Amino acid sequence: MVEFAGYSMPIQYESIIAEHKAVRSSVGMFDVSHMGEVIIEGEHALDFVQKITTNDASTLFPGRIQYSAMCYDDGGIVDDLLVYKLDPKKFMLVINASNIEKDLEWMRAHNTEGVTINDKSDEYSLIAIQGPYSQKVVEAVFGISLDIEYYHFIYGKFHSEEVMISRTGYTGEHGYELYFKGDEDFACALWEELTKEGKEYLLKPCGLGARDSLRLEMGFCLYGNDIDQTTNPLEAGLGWITKMKKESFIGKEAIARAKEEGIKRKLTPLLCIGKSFPRPGYEVMSGDKTVGKLTSGTVSPILEQGICLAYISTESLASGEPLEMVVRGNRIPVEVTKAPFIKK
Amino acid sequence: MNIPAELKYSKDHEWVRTEGNFAFFGITDYAQGELGDVVYVDITKSVGDSLQAGENFGTIEAVKTVSELYAPCSCKIIEISSDLADSPEFINQDPYGKGWMVKVELTNPAELDSLLDAAAYGDMVGA
Repeated sequence: MVEFAGYSMPIQYESIIAEHKAVRSSVGMFDVSHMGEVIIEGEHALDFVQKITTNDASTLFPGRIQYSAMCYDDGGIVDDLLVYKLDPKKFMLVINASNIEKDLEWMRAHNTEGVTINDKSDEYSLIAIQGPYSQKVVEAVFGISLDIEYYHFIYGKFHSEEVMISRTGYTGEHGYELYFKGDEDFACALWEELTKEGKEYLLKPCGLGARDSLRLEMGFCLYGNDIDQTTNPLEAGLGWITKMKKESFIGKEAIARAKEEGIKRKLTPLLCIGKSFPRPGYEVMSGDKTVGKLTSGTVSPILEQGICLAYISTESLASGEPLEMVVRGNRIPVEVTKAPFIKK
Repeated sequence: MNIPAELKYSKDHEWVRTEGNFAFFGITDYAQGELGDVVYVDITKSVGDSLQAGENFGTIEAVKTVSELYAPCSCKIIEISSDLADSPEFINQDPYGKGWMVKVELTNPAELDSLLDAAAYGDMVGA
């Protein structure tokens, strides 16, 4: 168990690799109740969400979810988040546990639309069920047949309490995230029921370790590693959630300026050649020049090869010169590739 | 936690199994548990190299973290386990058996006396 954002959480239950493989081949279950949930409500809720996030929330309708980011005026990232449209005038923002206070402060400081901003992080629990058999397990527990598109949600009932069933996740697999408000007994009952129904599919409980290696295999960013207040969405490869055609949002001018001046570095997926374990902080060199630094790294349990994300200077990327990472003084060749690292 | 009585232990969580003047080194059950899945073992010394007690002879890369290997006793390396390259998981599965790393000739066997016995090592790791 480790302390993470004030929560005591397991890095692994049994083995990070075994848990990782369970999610890829059958089904895995994660307690991710540490995530933050903030409810935005009011006549001008959409205007507020549009202003503080980079993606276009006007395309959402109740039941639809969107991946987005909040930026500072200078284009640095406050947090990445999921935006749930609950009702025409009500949204739920799902934010990173370690950023809850900072995000709330940022939202409240920019609330000129008079919306209500309610932090429900302590009320909501969140269980993620991920993997090819996740649908069977969730259907069995809720006694309904699920036909939800990716990034959509519906409501189900467990012990006559409402549970939001969201077709989302951080693994790249078909999966669901279950949001609910019940107390500890209710959370344990649901966890146990999922365990029971998952047994025939070899469901494994999974810790933070597998969560990290699964997201990295997909090339998903982790706040605090790959993105933070010093990185803008364009260099982080999040241009697809940064809608420059949107009339305005906080950070837009700075991001437009950065784009015009040309992006200087880019978050780049790298594959290690030969046996080596890439870790955050390792330098990337091209000849005798340092051209970047790893922000995330692991050995992919599926590829059995080192995979990592690194900010690399665009000048070096354009030159196509061979890159090496420095591991305890040794140079290890790395190859620029495209995310996801595993093709599905 | 498995701490075999017949082995000696270092404070760096390595075990030593002696066979006459020869010995085998590996890491303890406690250490493998703390490291989690071992992915690579990189022995940076070669057969024939001499090591002083406490000298670094390689690294273990686990999913969670990287850990250095230190010789528990002064020695000369006789053999490096050929299983480590293809089956690093032996260190997790069988740390005192198939998970052995190097076979050595002890060059100062008296050093064995300053290592921990199973009871003292168990106390150290709270077993």
